[in-house]
Amino acid sequence: MKSATLTNGRFYRRKAMNFFMNSLAWASALMAVTPVLLIFFYTVGKGASYIDLDFFTHMPRPVGEPGGGMANAILGTLILLGLGSVVGLPIGILAGIYLAEFGRNKFGEVVRFMTDVLSGVPSIVVGVVAYTLVVLPMKQFSALAGGVALGILMIPTVTRTSEEMIRLVPDSYREAGLALGIPQWKTTLRIVLRTAFTGITTGVLLAMARIAGETAPLLFTALGNRFWSTAIDQPIASLPVFIYDYAKAPFEDWNNQAWAAALVLIFMISILSFTIRFVTRSRFQND
Amino acid sequence: MEEETIVENPRSQEQTGDVVSVGSDLLSGVTDKRRVRKYNLGDLLFKNLTVLFAVVVLMLVLLMAFEMYDGSKLSFQEFGTGFVTSSSWDPVEEDYGALPFMYGTIVSSLLALLIALPLSVGVAIFLSELAPSWVERPVSFMVELLAGVPSIVYGLWGIFVLVPWIRKTVEPFLSDHLGFLPLFRGAPYGFGMLAAGMILAVMILPIIASISRDVLRSVPRLQREAALAIGATQWETTRIVLRDSRSGILGATMLGLGRAIGETMAVTMVIGNRPEISFSLFDPGYTMASVIANEFTEATTEMYINALIEVAFILFVITIVVNMLARLLVWSATRKWK
Repeated sequence: MKSATLTNGRFYRRKAMNFFMNSLAWASALMAVTPVLLIFFYTVGKGASYIDLDFFTHMPRPVGEPGGGMANAILGTLILLGLGSVVGLPIGILAGIYLAEFGRNKFGEVVRFMTDVLSGVPSIVVGVVAYTLVVLPMKQFSALAGGVALGILMIPTVTRTSEEMIRLVPDSYREAGLALGIPQWKTTLRIVLRTAFTGITTGVLLAMARIAGETAPLLFTALGNRFWSTAIDQPIASLPVFIYDYAKAPFEDWNNQAWAAALVLIFMISILSFTIRFVTRSRFQND
Repeated sequence: MEEETIVENPRSQEQTGDVVSVGSDLLSGVTDKRRVRKYNLGDLLFKNLTVLFAVVVLMLVLLMAFEMYDGSKLSFQEFGTGFVTSSSWDPVEEDYGALPFMYGTIVSSLLALLIALPLSVGVAIFLSELAPSWVERPVSFMVELLAGVPSIVYGLWGIFVLVPWIRKTVEPFLSDHLGFLPLFRGAPYGFGMLAAGMILAVMILPIIASISRDVLRSVPRLQREAALAIGATQWETTRIVLRDSRSGILGATMLGLGRAIGETMAVTMVIGNRPEISFSLFDPGYTMASVIANEFTEATTEMYINALIEVAFILFVITIVVNMLARLLVWSATRKWK
């Protein structure tokens, strides 16, 4: 009798423990989702009413004058993304090709490891390096320096996704090309890369989505600019730095514009992510 | 041996018969240097081009280290190891020590881990063991969304939503109930170590959660079935899965730690930016990343810039060590079952 109640007690204790721990897991999932909802709720709630056509077509106004926009910052962000791509994509994609096609050796392992290391380097540190590499020799803050910093930040993502996507191309494709007597480099460029194209595009978009919101490496490379500028050897405005400056400012109007800018930035990044989802989905449907 | 003779002297074999001569033609096509070049020039160029860019990636890390070493020579010579033990940061007197920043970085990151780790493991368990797929998918999506929000937007949200909430609700509550601890003393500013730790926790949660989820999923189904078959409850089964994924979760945690250590904008916007070492989490602090972000453009003297670059160098070394350990752990953990 006694032993029966003992096992019963243990049984209920185990049941209770099971219920308790499972509830904790559910609760933590709920808590993890809350900040996402809060951030989107606030960004849309506070930013949406400040967005109108002027916001995209006008320049920032001086303090005290309400209204105005950030056309220059939007343009600046696009230019910086372009410069970053010019710096980062060739290095990233070619290194990715090396790793996928020739990198099954010790040196490949080392490069792969270094790519991982590079992806862990804080963006602010990359900014410092871009400062010593570009700003100091040019004696000037410039869009180019910002582009170099962003380009370095793109490299790990582009390299690893390119490698993985090129690896996915079946070897029979390569063998078919070689069997026709096409040299290997042409097989790689014309057959393998073309097959992996959507995959590599995904990696590129992913890297762009990552760097579009980067602020820290731009603070002392691209610096920021309150005027219209497209010159790559001059300081240039960007949405993230704009948000930073306007969020810190003690003017309510500016703070509200910071929210609006954040909304535009999130919107831009969402477009990139949705394109990625679209590209990958149509890819898998084809297969 | 026979094949070698064919290769060396293809013509002599042509007389011996039809079958052999076909074989010898093929072989001679590959090896006869007069007719076919051993390497295609295009192949040689293309391969070496890709090798070159692989070397660029490799050299980039070394170049970064060198640039920062070179850029911080002055302060390294002036302060030596005193740089990491001194807590004075005085641009007027040109006296620099990085201890308050290192303290701020370590404390804010550990605080973030303390908050984020249990939550992330909970989320990972939920996603991999418990949730039906119609719940799992949207939650996974939202967690990934959380990872995609730029740091600056977290900072904006931190300034205008999180900090006021901490000032009005969290800090009064903590000082009322746990005020006997030195951790929770002082005036509730809102801006400070606690705010930094909390915002970092939100930011690293998706990283730790999604990697831990993958690690949990890599545990073979048989482990769970065996446990369930001998009458274990869901939680007891989960415990076994957790025990098998310890090192992977540790690796995920280290990756989160690496991210927290290097995180700049959000922290800079909420930590209060005061280079002091205080045990109270209510007090403002400063981190290595945020001092660089705040003062780099203002640094006017050579020594000032050198000192800031040295801070960046220390940050670089710390994050690299943390990341290497993390990669090693995650790698060995997911490889275990293959």
